[in-house]
Amino acid sequence: MALDDLYQEIILDHYRTPRHRSADLDGHDVHVHHSNPLCGDELDLRLRVADDKVDGLAYDGDGCSISMASASAMSEAVIGRTLSDADDLAEVFRLMMHGEGLKREDDLLDGVAFQGVAKFPVRVKCALLGWMALKDAIATYRGGSQEHRVTHE
Amino acid sequence: MVNEVVDVEAVRKDFPVLQRKVHGRPLVYLDSAATSQKPQPVLDVMTRFYEDVNSNVHRGVHALAEEATEAYEAARGKIARFVGADPRGVVFTKNTTESINLLAYSWARPRLREDDIVLSTEMEHHANIVPWQLVQPEAGFDLRYVPLTDSSRLDMAAFDEIVSTGRVKVFTVTAMSNVVGVINPVAEMASKVRAANRDAIVVVDGAQSVPHLPTDMLALDADFLCFSGHKMLGPTGIGVLAGRVDLLDEMQPFLGGGEMISNVTLEGTTFNEVPYKFEAGTPPIAQAVGLGAAVDYLNEVGMDVVRRHEVELLEKAIPALHSLGRVTVHGPVAPEDRGAAISFAIDGIHPHDIGTIMDREGVAVRAGHHCAKPLVRTLGSAATTRASFYIYNTLDEVDALVDAVEATKRFFDR
Repeated sequence: MALDDLYQEIILDHYRTPRHRSADLDGHDVHVHHSNPLCGDELDLRLRVADDKVDGLAYDGDGCSISMASASAMSEAVIGRTLSDADDLAEVFRLMMHGEGLKREDDLLDGVAFQGVAKFPVRVKCALLGWMALKDAIATYRGGSQEHRVTHE
Repeated sequence: MVNEVVDVEAVRKDFPVLQRKVHGRPLVYLDSAATSQKPQPVLDVMTRFYEDVNSNVHRGVHALAEEATEAYEAARGKIARFVGADPRGVVFTKNTTESINLLAYSWARPRLREDDIVLSTEMEHHANIVPWQLVQPEAGFDLRYVPLTDSSRLDMAAFDEIVSTGRVKVFTVTAMSNVVGVINPVAEMASKVRAANRDAIVVVDGAQSVPHLPTDMLALDADFLCFSGHKMLGPTGIGVLAGRVDLLDEMQPFLGGGEMISNVTLEGTTFNEVPYKFEAGTPPIAQAVGLGAAVDYLNEVGMDVVRRHEVELLEKAIPALHSLGRVTVHGPVAPEDRGAAISFAIDGIHPHDIGTIMDREGVAVRAGHHCAKPLVRTLGSAATTRASFYIYNTLDEVDALVDAVEATKRFFDR
């Protein structure tokens, strides 16, 4: 279990050069706030929907390199996908992090790099934060709400 | 004869776990504020208790029961002397948290009314915040907190103002911060609280101070002192509430059951005398005996010597960390103002990443909110990295800490 499994170059690249990281998103339809109170990670995710697709996504937050880099990789992987497809991809990522196999490897793009994080159980929830926020944003949007706050135990 | 300085290498030989390696490197254990390591004499005493004596206490007439009771009560006596308490006022609990809960439920809840103030501080561990919050709705008292200054000390002007109302009935404060190391002027504050309201009681959270500073309840001017065995070389599962016997006498029990009674009928119960009134059920006997051995160990080293050793470590560690680029050390700079728990930040690197990288260097530090979220929030962050030292840490380990911080910076800058 090498440190490089956790901090792969791809992950560090997303950490240093985040994609779609912004405190706001023009014309967003839904905003969710997720936190891991035990470690203090906080994440805001804004989603704009058009034609039932992820038209725009922006995240911002305060958290470790794994949580922020994972949100960055997530944003690249899901923008342009239908909501159902993005939701399915989030589930694929969750299963991968729990060591339950890897599907849709090509669709996850850089998200695949987080496979190694599964070997560091205390950091799994860091990698999941952005993806869980995405799932929640989709569910919140579908439920007709615009705001949702979630605290992960 | 008490030594002037500690022979750290000799001390280290007493701690088996310090011989191990982590990720192929010698363990540098800098997490004693969370829990301390245990010396061989403590481990031996507990093993011998189970091998040679093991029996329940107080109720048996056979030889083992008498020996177990004797060992358990001898530990109580040692612990009482260690902090200047009356042995009858030394209640064994599970930990500091339980000790504070006991006071909140058994002293504060039935006594306090809407006009009263329970005064805690923003520096506290959650253990000295949440129990008071739990009983507050029923008792109806005003729960107030002494705010912090920019340098993470208690704001004494704000303290004076709250105390001047004369309504403070409980003042509850940590003697030493588990996050920023600040040593509070407990006795000075206690005397102000008493001057403003002679019915007030003073509760001291000694979880961090008792393991690291010479402690005397009288000098602290504390009515109650709460601390944990596992942070002072003892086992987990044993804590202490040391307090005034007259106050404990007046209090209702916290937990009910066996041991704490003198007579039980189906209609009612008369309670045992203190401290047994507060020790319902079979107590942590081997753990109490282990804590007694830990106190012996600390006495043999000498608490003055423990403190002097930690000051020496601080004199090296604080300037060394301060001199590093992008590193901010929280809390006081002067060693005399602080204990050996050092929280720091590295600009641009999250504490969890710091903790993970340092672990790979063999350096065990803690990252997070340290169960003191209100305090950590005032540092402008949700988390800090904390290195905390004890009697078995060496000056070389300060170098290891500094090297690990530099390695962390290099790792993320590569």
